[in-house]
Amino acid sequence: MSKTLFEKVWDAHVVDTIEDGPQILYIDKHLIHEVTSPQAFQELERRNIPVFRPKEIVATADHNTPTVDQHLPVKDELSRKQLAQLSENCKKNNIKLYELGHKYNGIVHVIAPELGITQPGMTIVCGDSHTSTHGAFGSIAFGIGTSQVTQVFASQCLLLTKPKSMRIKVNGTLKNGVLPKDVILYIISKLGTNVGTGYFCEYAGEVFENMSMEGRMTVCNMSIEMGARGGMIAPDQTTFDYVKGKKFAPKAEKWKSSLHYWKTLPTDKDAIFDKEFVFEAEDIDPMITFGTNPGMSIKVGQKIPNKKDASFEKSLKYMNFQKGEDMAGKPINYVFIGSCTNSRIEDFRVVAHYVKGKQKAKNVTAWLVPGSKQVENQIEKEGLKDIFQKAGFELRQPGCSACLAMNDDKIPEGEYCVSTSNRNFEGRQGQGSRTILASPLVAAAAAIEGRIVDITKQLN
Amino acid sequence: MEKFTTLNSRAIPLDIENVDTDQIIPARFLKTTSREGFGENFFRDWKYDKNGSERSDFVLNDKRYSGRVLIAGDNFGCGSSREHAAWALSDYGFKGIVSSFFADIFKGNALNNGLLPIQVSPDFLKDIMKLISEKPETRVSVDLESQSISIENSKLKESFKIDTYKKTCMINGYDDIDFLLSKKDKIEHFENQRKLLNVYD
Ligand code: SF4
Repeated sequence: MSKTLFEKVWDAHVVDTIEDGPQILYIDKHLIHEVTSPQAFQELERRNIPVFRPKEIVATADHNTPTVDQHLPVKDELSRKQLAQLSENCKKNNIKLYELGHKYNGIVHVIAPELGITQPGMTIVCGDSHTSTHGAFGSIAFGIGTSQVTQVFASQCLLLTKPKSMRIKVNGTLKNGVLPKDVILYIISKLGTNVGTGYFCEYAGEVFENMSMEGRMTVCNMSIEMGARGGMIAPDQTTFDYVKGKKFAPKAEKWKSSLHYWKTLPTDKDAIFDKEFVFEAEDIDPMITFGTNPGMSIKVGQKIPNKKDASFEKSLKYMNFQKGEDMAGKPINYVFIGSCTNSRIEDFRVVAHYVKGKQKAKNVTAWLVPGSKQVENQIEKEGLKDIFQKAGFELRQPGCSACLAMNDDKIPEGEYCVSTSNRNFEGRQGQGSRTILASPLVAAAAAIEGRIVDITKQLN
Repeated sequence: MEKFTTLNSRAIPLDIENVDTDQIIPARFLKTTSREGFGENFFRDWKYDKNGSERSDFVLNDKRYSGRVLIAGDNFGCGSSREHAAWALSDYGFKGIVSSFFADIFKGNALNNGLLPIQVSPDFLKDIMKLISEKPETRVSVDLESQSISIENSKLKESFKIDTYKKTCMINGYDDIDFLLSKKDKIEHFENQRKLLNVYD
């Protein structure tokens, strides 16, 4: 029988099926961080249950870490305690931890791929909704709650009902200046924030076939913003080339057998999806959000739509925008380039290329936060740090930072921040802050001009 | 986990769509390492303004409404996977949430904490939202065994869906961990089989 990529990976991990109920799904890799794991460790201890497969767990400190002076003790007492708790839990349970300052430390969804922990055909979970990022490799990867973190600790399995599968195809070639972030923002703007609920989404078509691994990660990362548990892209030569040689990638004979298996994973020709959508690359332009969910976006040169709807109006009120206004030209004070959506080396190359020889606007604070130590080092190695400094941008140390503003990197009340992260919810970047989501290119242009720029005019 | 069989209570109408978990419990309150006390900061930035004064226009501050059921707009619980959102709802005193649509991860988290997500039709939601907003003393009745929700002194009644396995867990107060631990043999067998296949590590 013909199967989709999702079905092949899912079926290979089913331990058992409960009659009239969920299935037991085996989990290959479990990623953890300081915020959603402590209560799970506590629960294990309370019940006196050991961690079942500590070797399949990888931990990092990222959500609640400072992005300056990482060599010093963390100032905030609660944060320091939470980080210490993670270290203690990992030590006690023999779990590999890339703690603050470690050469492999960084955002969980950035480090696992760059270390070769993420591989095609795997099942990967983490107590974080953007675990969908890892689906870029053709793995089933999804976010879980803390009770489920406890379950995976205890049994390396989860009880789940098999989600449905959908496919989104984007045909053709992307226009100059249109980045993976624009593709996913465009898709969500067309399909809405809950089209994916109950589904795993495969992205297919020329646009994704021609996309780099980092671009694919950006797209899969935001699958959750349309409600999907995860996104997936079939593994191909681009995937294999990326994984090969990474620290934890299979080696020698193992590599050969893995490769052989991975090549069997792509969706069969006549496999059937529960729903399908098709878009054309030529219709996609650089995008920008104007509201308080990631589905509320328009092409950067367009006007805010006129819609009569209470939620829509509540959203505009929060942003202090009016229906029918241009987004281009709106003044902004902050730019944040970072988060597990756009904090990889290719993102910083895009920014560096644009800002080279330019100066950021005086009224703008521009934060660049690499996704990991390795990205931070690469920025330096390629001479990008120098470009950023000359342009007046502030290169900080790795972490989630202003994506969720748990640490000190907060956008002040009422201020506008053009952000390459994934969520523009009310107060996400700090109490009362207003977030405008965009690609690294659109964000870089905003930093230089101090306002939203219709980048398409510069590109043509 | 606390058992859930029936619930009869007044309800609070939160007529807002797409409520995300960042609103239910803002990230800055996630620094603790225990499960307790999240009720205090439940909907913090909608309940209080920057100076800590109550916002009079937010329904949780409206003294007319109370109860253990939250009636919420479409697509409740989207965004972050933080289970702290479910803990906060429980801690605040809710046992059931009614909406026309729940985000996946939130729904699972709620069920794992004895908090019942009750998915109803958009029309039914509209009707009860209106009724309860207008008559705060109205009581909502939920029966998990028969999977039904009804509104007292009205003709409003609807049935809702729930996975049979999850229903049994809720009624008996079991959680998934007990179940998974009872399947250890099968899990180890699966691991051994896979090693033999030597697909990959
Ligand atoms: S960068 Fe943001 S979205 Fe990504 S893991 Fe960190 S907090 Fe979550």
